[in-house]
Amino acid sequence: MAKPASTLTKGVDALNNWVNDRAAVGEFYKKHLSEYYAPKNFNLWYFFGSLSLLVLVNQILTGIFLTMHYKPDAELAFASVEFIMRDVEWGWLIRYMHSTGASLFFVVVYLHMFRALMYGSYQKPRELVWILGVTIYLVLMAESFMGYVLPWGQMSYWGAQVIISLFGAVPYVGEALVEWIRGDFFVADATLNRFFALHVVALPLVLVGLVVLHLAALHEVGSNNPDGVEIKARKDESGRPLDGIPFHPYYTVKDIFGAAFFLLIAAFIIFFWPEFGGYFLKPDNFVEANPLVTPDHIPPVWYFTPFYAILQAVPDKLMGVILMGAAVMILYLVPWLDRSPVKSIRYRSWMSKLALGLFVVAFVRLGMLGLSQESSTFELRLWTFVYFAFFILMPIWTSIEKTKPVPERVTS
Amino acid sequence: MSETEALDSEQPSADLSRRRLLLGTTGVVGAVGVAAAAWPFLASLRPSARARIIGAPVEVFIGNLEPGQMARVQWRGQTIGIMRRTERMLAQLPDLNPRLRDPESAVADQQPAYARNVHRSIRPEILVLNVHCTHLGCVPQVIPEVGPQPFDADWRGGFFCPCHRSTFDLAGRVFSGVPAVRNLLVPPHSFIDDDHVIIGVDYEGAS
Repeated sequence: MAKPASTLTKGVDALNNWVNDRAAVGEFYKKHLSEYYAPKNFNLWYFFGSLSLLVLVNQILTGIFLTMHYKPDAELAFASVEFIMRDVEWGWLIRYMHSTGASLFFVVVYLHMFRALMYGSYQKPRELVWILGVTIYLVLMAESFMGYVLPWGQMSYWGAQVIISLFGAVPYVGEALVEWIRGDFFVADATLNRFFALHVVALPLVLVGLVVLHLAALHEVGSNNPDGVEIKARKDESGRPLDGIPFHPYYTVKDIFGAAFFLLIAAFIIFFWPEFGGYFLKPDNFVEANPLVTPDHIPPVWYFTPFYAILQAVPDKLMGVILMGAAVMILYLVPWLDRSPVKSIRYRSWMSKLALGLFVVAFVRLGMLGLSQESSTFELRLWTFVYFAFFILMPIWTSIEKTKPVPERVTS
Repeated sequence: MSETEALDSEQPSADLSRRRLLLGTTGVVGAVGVAAAAWPFLASLRPSARARIIGAPVEVFIGNLEPGQMARVQWRGQTIGIMRRTERMLAQLPDLNPRLRDPESAVADQQPAYARNVHRSIRPEILVLNVHCTHLGCVPQVIPEVGPQPFDADWRGGFFCPCHRSTFDLAGRVFSGVPAVRNLLVPPHSFIDDDHVIIGVDYEGAS
């Protein structure tokens, strides 16, 4: 391996030293990549964190290019989106990458969150990782809602009308609050203009900041794994976890493979099925916003429908809004609701498996009910009950269930 | 490098040439992919279909243009001057040659081949000119009168740029000793009939 050092390698080394004397780039690289030890037993479920990051980058990049052609003006917005679709070279591709990316963002984030629930990744010492993650999810909901308003189609308009009106349920100040959010007496140009500012500047900054904190918090405590075994408990004489492998190159290569597979699916949707049967882009949104005509049916985009179903299940405006908010906020409490000494579902009893299974069924079923116009109130309430029972009863079943012994080392 | 060595020692049969091949092929395919993905983003910044339609050729009626008069039209945001020059104006063009930087229109980019002549036009009297100074893009004033000017004691008519005092003759040829170094640009153009000129299309097709 001992080759005579060329002028080029000498130059590269000199530059490297110059930078590292002034900023600890090498330290950072070691801490987060080459000497960040991740458990060696990651499975398929561990793709979705890096995929979320990939989609975030896609949204920012395509978003920047869309902003170069989009006009945040109630008179011009709809036409400017059509302009992007027809007149801007490759504009259709960039827009479909952005709109498909929004839905795929929620796909990977939901799978990422399910992984955390399944393997107890929110348990001590990773509560902060979970809290930051739930906050990212909340901001993402706001970000995607405001983005959905920007094309100023019928769905954008009436979706904004409905979601903003939810704030009207607040006692005493509701109406004033709604007017303040809209900046007008109805959803109007002022609303669109401020949503644009929030969607393209404010919330992306918050989102990127939260992602940095989420990763920093994760790297402080180290990743969990499908066995829920703390790999830091067993180290070799040089202090490396016995069951850990350096993130780079092992997981960078794995994640690149996952990204390639994900991009294959994403490309298929973007090129051949961008509306995704009306789930990603609704037909009504190809009609310009009209304050005089409400579409026959205005369900939210698929990733919000479970919460929309919970709203429908309650026969009271304020209670419905409270319950819908609680459905998201209750996620914050999960690290303290779970009393189990065991992290991973692998070493828990049938109770945990049944509870998580029922929760997934409830979430998916609520999502389907939220999309339909003819959902039975009984079914809406049943699955709303199951959704909340999962969280409220969690301290009970996690305390009484008989867990299996957790191995000392990770299993292959 | 210590951890790589430790891992290599666990797998003594690591096939380094295979590893190099895989790294190389992955890198090349990845680079092609990134380049292909970058293309739509860069291409989206080019003039849109709308901008190209707005930038389409412009047809101008010149039947009412008096001798010595210049009409101005816009083509792709540029001011295009169309001037019907008098016999006297044309006659004195060769006399100015010693005072010009490029009297023979030697810089090929500044006019189509069909305007590379003494009068820099298709029809001698009709001058079609992109009236933006070749120095920094200001629009020069037309001063067709012959007589002493503050900037030129022996003015024979031409263009004077107020920005940096560049001067051009009535064929758009630049004088020596001014900031501009190139003659004014003659845009592609052609005549539909005696009274109509079209800017942006020449006899070979649209630009």
